[in-house]
Amino acid sequence: MTDDGTQTAAPAAGTAIGAVPVGLAPNGQVREPLLEVSGLKKHFPILGGILRHRVGTVFAVDGVDLTIARGETFSLVGESGCGKTTLGRSLLRLTPPTAGRIVFEGVDVSAMKTADLKPLRQKMQIIFQDPFGSLNPRMPVSDLIGEGLIAQANKENGWKDRKVRDQRVGDTLEAVGLRREYTRRYPHEFSGGQRQRIGIARALALNPDFIVCDEPVSALDVSIRSQILNLLVDLRHEFGLTYLFISHDLSVVEYISDRVAVMYLGKLVEEAKVEDLYSAPKHPYTIALLSAVPQPDPRVKSQRLVLKGDVPSPAAPPSGCRFHTRCWLREQLGNPARCVAEEPQLRALEPASHRVACHFADEVSARTVTSAAEEQARTGAAIAAG
Amino acid sequence: MATVAAPRARRAEARASRGLWRDAFNRLMRNGPALVGLFFITVFFAAAIFAPFIAPYDPIAGSLADRLQLPSAAHIMGTDLQGRDEFSRILYGARVSLFVAVGSVIMALIMGGIAGATAGAVGGKVDNVVMRIVDVMLAIPGILLAIGIVAWLGQGLPQIMIAVAATNAPIFARILRGSLLANREVDYVSAARSLGASRSRMLFRHMLPNSLTALIVAATLALATAIIDVAGLGFLGLGPADPRTPEWGTMLTDATRFIRQAPYLIFFPGLAIVVAAIGFNLLGDGLRESLDPRMKR
Repeated sequence: MTDDGTQTAAPAAGTAIGAVPVGLAPNGQVREPLLEVSGLKKHFPILGGILRHRVGTVFAVDGVDLTIARGETFSLVGESGCGKTTLGRSLLRLTPPTAGRIVFEGVDVSAMKTADLKPLRQKMQIIFQDPFGSLNPRMPVSDLIGEGLIAQANKENGWKDRKVRDQRVGDTLEAVGLRREYTRRYPHEFSGGQRQRIGIARALALNPDFIVCDEPVSALDVSIRSQILNLLVDLRHEFGLTYLFISHDLSVVEYISDRVAVMYLGKLVEEAKVEDLYSAPKHPYTIALLSAVPQPDPRVKSQRLVLKGDVPSPAAPPSGCRFHTRCWLREQLGNPARCVAEEPQLRALEPASHRVACHFADEVSARTVTSAAEEQARTGAAIAAG
Repeated sequence: MATVAAPRARRAEARASRGLWRDAFNRLMRNGPALVGLFFITVFFAAAIFAPFIAPYDPIAGSLADRLQLPSAAHIMGTDLQGRDEFSRILYGARVSLFVAVGSVIMALIMGGIAGATAGAVGGKVDNVVMRIVDVMLAIPGILLAIGIVAWLGQGLPQIMIAVAATNAPIFARILRGSLLANREVDYVSAARSLGASRSRMLFRHMLPNSLTALIVAATLALATAIIDVAGLGFLGLGPADPRTPEWGTMLTDATRFIRQAPYLIFFPGLAIVVAAIGFNLLGDGLRESLDPRMKR
């Protein structure tokens, strides 16, 4: 027992429900694609006036292409409001996408009618950030986890039968490290970490292939965080899951991911294997983000690059490269007009799995980073002195 | 260590789990002001139900010889112009007030609930049409709307009930629609959608149960205003069709003409109205506090 009141270790494989052994390629080689997204857009209208007519558009997700391979953990990082949550929800068709194609296991999900989505829902699940808002306070655990079983019941799985369902709810609870006896309890009787485990169990009960983890540990205490992260890792191996892991916490992402995409204002700016991205980031935005990660070793002198200003409004994104208003590299290069005029596309660098959307990604070097950091330190000192 | 703690943990699990409603009830029973309100309301309901047994005199037939008597041992609240016992009339008046108030709020809950649920669940054009009608009704002051309806339908208890219900129904519709809309965006509803739950299941198992608390509180508070509205209509001469019916508002109007000779005739019906309204207000506030799961510590 831990402080959390949960069982620390993931259960032995014997209690597994429908465990699928997967041979995970240790080097994260590209395997069979599970999910292919192209040109995905999600725009929200801004309504105003007495007649509630459209006065503007929020370009929450504005043209995203990505491919997630079966069995991998693909992470999406970015600041708040960059559209990562909207992207995750659009993939599950929780919000209908404005444009683009989503192909899941070879089936075009984006074109499907809402009524036809039901069988697909079983294969794609979501874990939410807020362990309090994501569980209906008026339902006991048995109903919370059993809800999907009732919704997806058919002759084959026999989930209509209460006994079968209760058995499966109990098994799932144990799979996430909770006791079977908890089924009659209500959400408010659990701690945040336990609630998050219930949320995970709810997703897991349907035996999905793909789970969108929408900041699953951001709302938790630091002490509980690693438990939940390890649980997610264990479950992935045990049940052969594929994750889309959405987070703004770069150290968490480094720990859990195979591949990482960085999002800025509704677009992907960089995508690479986790080791490539963390050791050799190419996009100036990624470099700035990574420079802000605290160094555990005080002897390592970090070169911090502070981004100026706020993220521009997604209702009026800047022209050309969306990052040009805050780009330190652009300043180093003497503000080339190309950044303002032409929108950079994701292009493959070396290695080919490393894609970046910056016209001048090749100009990034230790020298430019250092001189940018030094210049920032100088002007910062000047402002402090003045 | 884990083995030592285990039996205790098991025992804790063995106890029956408490639902939110049960928890709310326990919290309510620990809320002082709410209990005071509940006490007032219970007294009035008891008075209404047992009026024939408690009341020392007939509330309608009086003896003119005893008119306008001061409170005394025989008539603890005195007598009115017709020599009717004021205390008996207040007791029977509780019947009228509570019956009309409760009836009108139930009626308003049905009308407003259906309108609000339709608007909130269907959305789109239906929502727009329903809510614009609600806006129009809300724009008219409640008592004015009630006067208009009674003037239109004629005097009588059912008419008063409809009139008071019409003032509350748009408020209930708005509250229910609002909390349904707020609930639609809540994560657990998204979760239900992602599990493939049907629309009706999302509405009836997730959105409605979590929207009801706001409505319960609003309805309790509306009972207080309903009592005042009923009395107000009575005071304005739009009370029950039979002018002899003991009704607190009508009693007040009758008493104003003799305010110099018998000021106590104003005092007692006024006190009854105030205490009943305060009772429902206190209970409503207490319910608001105990029904909100976030108040849980």
